[in-house]
Amino acid sequence: MKDKLISDKLPTSRRKFLKYGAGASAIMAAPYITRVSAEPTTINMLAWYGHGEPDIVGEYEEANNVKFQAKYYAGGDNMMALIAQSPPGTYDIILSDGEFVQQLNAAGYIDELDAGDYNFDDMLHEDFTQFPGHWADGKLHSVMVRAGHLGVSYNKNFVTAEEAKSYKCFWKPELKGKVGHFDWHLPSLGQMSLLNGNGAGLWDLDDAAWQKVQDTTLSLRPQVGGFFDYGGTFNSLKNGEMHAMCGIGDWITGVLEKDGAPVASVIPDEGGIQWTESYCIGKGSEKADLVKAFIQYMLSPQGQVKSAQMAAYPGIAITKAGRKLLNEVDAKEAQRTGQVDGLENDPITLINEGRIHYRNIPVQQSLEDWNDFWSEYKNA
Amino acid sequence: MSQTDTAIRKSKSSQRLYALTWRLPIIVWQVLFFVGPLLFLIAMSFFLVKNYRMHEAFEMVNWQKMFSRDYFRDSYFFTLGLAIGATVLCSVIAFPAAFALSFKVSANTRRWALFFLIIPFFTSYLVRTFSWYVILAESGVVNSLLQFIGLGPFTMLNTVFGTMVGYLTLTLPLVIVLQTFSMSQIDKSYIEAAYNLGCGRIRTITSVIIPLAKTGLVIGAVFCFILAFGDFVSPYYLGGSKPPTLSILIIDTTKSGQQWPRAAVVAIVMMLTLFTVAFASIAYAYRKRQR
Repeated sequence: MKDKLISDKLPTSRRKFLKYGAGASAIMAAPYITRVSAEPTTINMLAWYGHGEPDIVGEYEEANNVKFQAKYYAGGDNMMALIAQSPPGTYDIILSDGEFVQQLNAAGYIDELDAGDYNFDDMLHEDFTQFPGHWADGKLHSVMVRAGHLGVSYNKNFVTAEEAKSYKCFWKPELKGKVGHFDWHLPSLGQMSLLNGNGAGLWDLDDAAWQKVQDTTLSLRPQVGGFFDYGGTFNSLKNGEMHAMCGIGDWITGVLEKDGAPVASVIPDEGGIQWTESYCIGKGSEKADLVKAFIQYMLSPQGQVKSAQMAAYPGIAITKAGRKLLNEVDAKEAQRTGQVDGLENDPITLINEGRIHYRNIPVQQSLEDWNDFWSEYKNA
Repeated sequence: MSQTDTAIRKSKSSQRLYALTWRLPIIVWQVLFFVGPLLFLIAMSFFLVKNYRMHEAFEMVNWQKMFSRDYFRDSYFFTLGLAIGATVLCSVIAFPAAFALSFKVSANTRRWALFFLIIPFFTSYLVRTFSWYVILAESGVVNSLLQFIGLGPFTMLNTVFGTMVGYLTLTLPLVIVLQTFSMSQIDKSYIEAAYNLGCGRIRTITSVIIPLAKTGLVIGAVFCFILAFGDFVSPYYLGGSKPPTLSILIIDTTKSGQQWPRAAVVAIVMMLTLFTVAFASIAYAYRKRQR
């Protein structure tokens, strides 16, 4: 009897079962269908720390219903290694150090860009439109979005501004055990090369010049208090463990300075190094249009201001409109970083004066040679 | 062959099968997650890297390269020295604490003490290491206290001292727990007998307690050595990577140029060292006393 009652209530025929079943499924699935249509598109990003954080991408995510999934690296070698380990199409957008774009392109990791999509006329410096390695055979592969300069970073309580005008201040006897290194060979050895007077040829060293750079670097070893990653560099300067730091610039001290720490970075008389960050579209990305729109956003005045104010590490605006807006909305930061026309420490003026050299990879040695020496130096 | 022999043989083979059934999961686990990766690691040390990509090969170049580098040898002996130092220091510091917990407090107090020793493992080791920044910095807690009595400031971060503090943060609670377990198993009547036979406190410790707790003491020391030898966090963040240990060398090698095969060489050397130390120590720990 009980069985009969149940069977009376249930759709017993196949036709009825399909009919009711389909109806029930549609009702049950409705909220999910609505949710799926509103689900943001994920954009996989490979970048230095901070580029996928809300202060940079938050507004863009909200306005365009996308979600950035960021994987962070430190150093171009590390970036190349991560891409090499991943299947094609893993990263939709890659933020590369300028000097590594040519390697990304040579390895076939990035797509060609349409130069017409980006407003190169607005760039603050002519070099930024034709940045080395970004173009190959007249084809564009990457667009520069921000930069910064590396020089002498120091604690103002222990090093004077006058002393900081030369890399020689790292050898000051009072700084014994108080000079730190950002743990990456390229910027530190580049600075030693500048100190040796190699100027614009700082990366193009013959055997004698390379040996001299090694000797100069090794002579600094007794002064060195430690080799630090990104977090360690921040901490050691902030808590006063290190009084001077080799291989960094305002990208670290700027954040601390804004917090009131007595630190600063200057470009010494021997010259400074420019780090350059550029966006590329990952080969095989199915979201190239979304990525292109994001790069355009980062080159817009609003994007440039966000980049200049980036919480993780500040960079200079590289477009005229970006600098103009920065001066309007955050004159203090523009002033602090010299991003005001006519200032002595204006990054563009420094480039024009020939005091800034774009970071590059070694020309006559391999990266492995430099890294081998770096390991040897750390052990010395 | 008699029916009895056949029955015995069947029974033995059935027992072996039964035992194997219970052993199988751990064997499968070890093969999948230890032997397999280890073999791959060994094979990888002969691979080549071209344009940041590994290529299968059988070349000795990575071994030749690493063994011809002075910094590899220096790192090896520095790491070995640090790990031995940490092991001795940790064992010596842990012993009085474990002794007190084993013989001088009630069972209830011991249980609570062991519970509190385990609590640090609930938090991230990295976070615990970073917290030392606040304490050991030149403007930190220790130096501030020392300044009250006119001392310092002393540089403690980015030194071997800093590294040792980190190692002890990692290993000391574990070693105290292992030593306590070992000493609390000692039959107290042996200690009473030693006293009755005229042994003083020191003689009782050296002639009775340490020999009886030898296995636990050695196992504790071995754990300390293994953890310190392979640790990356303390030498990097508290020692300032100055000079780098083998773990830091592995990171440096992989970071630059995707040289996983050379990192594999370092890793294999580390494993061989650990195997040697662990097997020798365990053989010593379980060796019967010579009469």
